[in-house]
Amino acid sequence: MNSEYTQAELHFRDEVRQFLREKLPEDIRRKTLLGMHLTKDDCVRWQKILHKQGWAAVNWPVEHGGTGWDATRKSIFETECALAGAPEVIPFGMKMVAPVIFTYGNEEQQHRFLPDILASNVWWCQGYSEPNAGSDLASLKTSAYRDGDHYVVNGTKTWTTLAQHADWIFCLVRTGGPQEKNQTAISFLLIDMHSPGISLSPILTLDGYREVNEVHFDNVRVPVENRIGEEGHGWTYAKVLLTHERTNIARVAHSRCQLQRARELASATPDGSGTLMQNPVFAHKFAEIEIELLALEYTELRTLDAVRTGQAPGPESSILKIKGTELAQSIDELHAEIAACGGLPYVPWQLEDDFEGDKVGSDSAINSWLRYFNNRKSSIYGGSNEIQKNIICKAVLGL
Amino acid sequence: MDFSFSEEQQLLRDSVIRFIRQDYGFDIRQKTVTSSAPFNRDYWQTFAELGWLLVPFGEDDGGLGGSAVDIMVVMEEFGKGMVVEPLLASAILAGGLIAETGSAAQKNDWLQPLMDGQLQLAFAFAEPQSRFDLANVATRAEADGEHFVVRGHKTVVLNGGAADTLVVSVRSGTGVSLLAMDSNTPGITRNSYKTVDGHNAAEIYFDAVRVPRANLLGVEGKALPAIEKIIDRATLAICAEAVGAMESALQKTVEYTKTRKQFGTTISSFQALQHRMADMFIECQQARSILMMAAMQLDAGNGVAPRAVSAAKSRIGKAARKVGQEAVQIHGGIGVTDELDVAHLFKRLTSIQYLFGSTDYHTQRFIG
Repeated sequence: MNSEYTQAELHFRDEVRQFLREKLPEDIRRKTLLGMHLTKDDCVRWQKILHKQGWAAVNWPVEHGGTGWDATRKSIFETECALAGAPEVIPFGMKMVAPVIFTYGNEEQQHRFLPDILASNVWWCQGYSEPNAGSDLASLKTSAYRDGDHYVVNGTKTWTTLAQHADWIFCLVRTGGPQEKNQTAISFLLIDMHSPGISLSPILTLDGYREVNEVHFDNVRVPVENRIGEEGHGWTYAKVLLTHERTNIARVAHSRCQLQRARELASATPDGSGTLMQNPVFAHKFAEIEIELLALEYTELRTLDAVRTGQAPGPESSILKIKGTELAQSIDELHAEIAACGGLPYVPWQLEDDFEGDKVGSDSAINSWLRYFNNRKSSIYGGSNEIQKNIICKAVLGL
Repeated sequence: MDFSFSEEQQLLRDSVIRFIRQDYGFDIRQKTVTSSAPFNRDYWQTFAELGWLLVPFGEDDGGLGGSAVDIMVVMEEFGKGMVVEPLLASAILAGGLIAETGSAAQKNDWLQPLMDGQLQLAFAFAEPQSRFDLANVATRAEADGEHFVVRGHKTVVLNGGAADTLVVSVRSGTGVSLLAMDSNTPGITRNSYKTVDGHNAAEIYFDAVRVPRANLLGVEGKALPAIEKIIDRATLAICAEAVGAMESALQKTVEYTKTRKQFGTTISSFQALQHRMADMFIECQQARSILMMAAMQLDAGNGVAPRAVSAAKSRIGKAARKVGQEAVQIHGGIGVTDELDVAHLFKRLTSIQYLFGSTDYHTQRFIG
């Protein structure tokens, strides 16, 4: 039992570090470290830099242009990226739909869609959730009936992240009757967002940002060749990938980076005759979070080790989701506490590069409350933490 | 990166599991605990025969290697079985100190018989005023020719009543020293008792106890680093014990809820209880992760070990409280009775939270 890297892995880490030092644009780095929302251009720009290096598709097999890295290298890469302040990849194309396409799609679909995802030429969004469906994903109602060579899609998807940028959406739709079982009634469709009959309604998140949307489908005609796999099997495809594609779900490196920033900020924040970091109550709270992060880091490493030795990440990945999001949220709380009333002014526009005018307070304080508010989502999305506990109860404890 | 056990560790683990399953049922354990004997001496002989007493020691001292991971492997299973025989107090703690500081002659006198199963040891360090501060030693040793004269009071000395030889931390000269002494030396008074978790301990009073200078372990006044190092190893050991005990508590709780019926159905179907058991499971996993981290850091010997051990003790202490309390709560009334094994797991988990520094103490030590 040892947790050390091999020489080759250490060499790889140096290579990643050097790449990040040389190629990560400073403006993107600043925004990421502050926890600001990135523009579409920011995301695409960074993704294309990664693509040029051959590192865009961390989780893809080599034959489709992926890195083919093992679990340890993936972990090293994601850790170094987070510590350096590189943005996380927008997952919908690269991490969510692409694995479905290269696992279950036909050859024609693979040629048609994968190269543009790899090169970040198209922006994808995810059409799973529906109004009122909540965590009960399978109760979806969006329907698709056959009309010759097309499906005709009607219904509404919601919580669709950054759909306003999207060229394509991948959807779970009901092709079977309402009484039919999910295992046979749901299909997986790829839909062009520019199709007639699609409209968006923005949803502002509580930090005032247009992060999500409702996507309405009104008799949208989708060619049958855009269906992945067999009709009625979409639920199976989606479910398999929900459990298997949870890499980096614990976001340990991201949390470590944010905790380090919190330490720096607290050490520069006056409190009584010293600094906030010297305040024993704060320091104790900080240490408990630091220790929890250490435990989570090793829980993640243990999971990676299990993957390495051929055991697929099972329901244990639910722990990573629960603890990872709880921890990230507790670090957001620290940042909000460091900012204290400095987080009250609502002036997000002053964080933009091109802002010209009188600034209020500090950028990190201004953004810390917004990030705290926004990130309450993380224990709700992707199967709420309560749903994750249900999974543990059923699959691990046999309850 | 490799989280698997070596073949030897796997064999060691299997032998402990087999012993606990075959010979260490809860009823048998309780017979020992409620008897006047400090522990079951026949079992101690079994430990010696199975080679478990060699586990904490390096090969140079005739042991099996003495890695922290080895200790973890044994102690985790001891935790599941709530073993009260004093591997921790006698071998890991007192034996560890002799291995760390003793001369060849001293190891021959005390370590060899310990490993053979012939000698019981205890490390007397805590005092009524010291709380968790290892440097707070009021017991004094005054030089008197070729002897030291020891005066003081050591409290809650683990295995103190059963020990043949005591290792005692004393203040002498300008610092803290370690003296080994026969527990029957004139001037030593022992008040032995059982602890709430079924182990044995003693209050030990030293009234002008004359100890030969030859019994000094290591350099006079310079014992503190060795004490801290061995206490860290012992802390890791009880962290492993806690991880085993927590897993046992969780498993027993889950099983119980599947059989206990209320309102016409098994209580395992109640989501209010299910999620609490999911939380217990998560605590167990986080505890195991940080335990492995600390064990690997101790074995790497890279200077961050003390901080790693404190991180583990702090986190595992928190988990131990939660898992222990929840196991009792979910069992309901039966959980607060003496007849139920889970209640005894809870008591041991409680002791572990405080032994060698409380959860808060280790959080503070982690901060530095």
